[in-house]
Amino acid sequence: MLKVEGLVTGYQGKDGFVRAVDGVSFDIEKGETVCIVGESGSGKSVTSMSVMRLVEFENGEIISGSIEYMGEELTTKTNEEMRKIRGAEISMIFQEPLTALNPVFTIGQQIVEAIRYHEPLKKKEAMDKAEDLLTLVGLSEPKTRLKQYPHELSGGMRQRVMIAIALASKPKLLIADEPTTALDVTIEAQILELLRKLRNEEDMSIMLITHDIGVAAELSHRIIIMYAGKVMEIAETSDLFELPHHPYTKGLLESIPKMSGARGELLPTIEGTIPGVNQMPEGCRFAPRCSFATEKCHQEEPPLQKVGRRDVACWHVEEFTASQVDPFHRKEDPVESNS
Amino acid sequence: MIRFLLNRFGQSIILLFIVTVITFFLINLAPGGPTGVMRMDASPDERQAVIERLGLDQPVIVRYFEWVGNAVTGDLGTSFNSSEAVVERIAERLPYTMELTVFTIIFSVIAGIILGVISALKRGKAADHVINFSSVIGLSVPSFWLGLMLILLFSVELGWLPSSGVGPRGADFDFGGWMAHLAMPVLILSTTVLPNIVRFTRSSMLEVISQNYIRTARSKGAKEFVVLYVHALRNAMIPIISIIGVLIPRLLSGAVITEAIFGWTGIGTLIIEAANGRDYPLIMGITVVITLVVIISNLLVDIIYSQVDPRVKNMA
Repeated sequence: MLKVEGLVTGYQGKDGFVRAVDGVSFDIEKGETVCIVGESGSGKSVTSMSVMRLVEFENGEIISGSIEYMGEELTTKTNEEMRKIRGAEISMIFQEPLTALNPVFTIGQQIVEAIRYHEPLKKKEAMDKAEDLLTLVGLSEPKTRLKQYPHELSGGMRQRVMIAIALASKPKLLIADEPTTALDVTIEAQILELLRKLRNEEDMSIMLITHDIGVAAELSHRIIIMYAGKVMEIAETSDLFELPHHPYTKGLLESIPKMSGARGELLPTIEGTIPGVNQMPEGCRFAPRCSFATEKCHQEEPPLQKVGRRDVACWHVEEFTASQVDPFHRKEDPVESNS
Repeated sequence: MIRFLLNRFGQSIILLFIVTVITFFLINLAPGGPTGVMRMDASPDERQAVIERLGLDQPVIVRYFEWVGNAVTGDLGTSFNSSEAVVERIAERLPYTMELTVFTIIFSVIAGIILGVISALKRGKAADHVINFSSVIGLSVPSFWLGLMLILLFSVELGWLPSSGVGPRGADFDFGGWMAHLAMPVLILSTTVLPNIVRFTRSSMLEVISQNYIRTARSKGAKEFVVLYVHALRNAMIPIISIIGVLIPRLLSGAVITEAIFGWTGIGTLIIEAANGRDYPLIMGITVVITLVVIISNLLVDIIYSQVDPRVKNMA
């Protein structure tokens, strides 16, 4: 349904042009939930903003690549053409529920607006529909909420309103950009539950952006691991958790806190930080932080290759996976001491 | 809302009291009273007679409370120089000043918001630079000089606009003549507030268009026109409304100079007459009226503010 190929999106920065997303390819099937997981600065939000073609409004630009939605190329559409897709075919919810709603309009006005852009309803009919939407996203007293302003609602409630707005025209694809990051844990669980319910009932595809691989595990069919503007690994969720094929994926999995860990035991972390956009290393972008990196990794960039059912961008997929299956292999591997 | 209004009423009384005390004592303690503007050949006895007739031989404090006592009943005294009631003299002139300032506010707000929005949306482009440059010119060039230059151009050279006066009134009133007489004074008076509104609108608009809810509006499929002029401008207006409240006193003091340049017989020219003639009751009367105008207009601004920004609705 959505097919992104070789997407390059950049921003005009102070020191020249920077590529926040550098050659990203993936696809999303109908009814599928795909998670894009990565640290801050990995380009996952820019990817989603590119699909919506909203990057252009924030000094960004799609340089090359294609974004195909239902067989239609989105990158060449005019803003007016995109407008008919935004909110109607593809909707988006954002990271900051506290600031994503316009403070001077009521909840009702903002939902009705979204409905009426794509459906010729009378104000009254649209209001009734807005009330139904609020019920759908699980807000209590929807009639009262319609007349309230955003500042009268809590963060979790506002995120539910955002979801209601996004669902206003029954989109076929919902992009959720870190929808729970700004919320506390109990509210996060409720919102994720809501998304799961909607996914099952509303028959739409979801593209969920998150830095929390735990969130991804709960909701997604497939996971895309991004790092420094590149895709590192794409795999079915269960496959990915069973056996990560990329050292970065493994690092992410290991840094999930476990209930079984001993008290006082340090949580494993990935050494180092993500490179800045103007100081991308040559070769594999993860190489400087990778304990499996060899000379080759530092010089040549690994392409995203099919490995069984998944795609992985690593020169040492075979050795790496073997090392995990056979723990002795890893100990004897001279490559490891290289870093 | 009622509590809010009562609160503001109380504050206003205190403010009025402070303003009148300061003005009253300042003018009465300043050297050279009404006798200072009498003819040079007036004898000391004649001067003394005037002082006694006007009651200026009483201590200042006594006179102040006497004045307040009359003022609360609506009697602002009698003008020293014309022997007319102060209230009447002000009532005769005030409408002209209101005319001038109301037109100036309307013009400045409309033009200021339009120019500010253009400047924000064309940031860094030629239009932005032209608008910014003109704002600085408007702010820094003295209005009396600019006023004279306008008169030179439009009245003397081109002969398009009358150089002074308020135009025919009463039975001879005609709309075209009224507007012609208003044009230059309004333009000159707006140089005291228009540049501020432009620059405020620009920065406010720039701040608002980078907010998350603007992105939300676009993600819903809103037309760019709606995004900018409904979602953004409505929010950008909030701080602009509050700056208008701040600009009103400046507008009234600007009116003094503007009225003087264009022979506009409003309260501005009246206050000059009053000050030149050491007309204490008239000075006090005008001070009270201007203070009231400022208080009321600020109250209006706050009420409008609470209507535009739902977050302050329950401020009372």
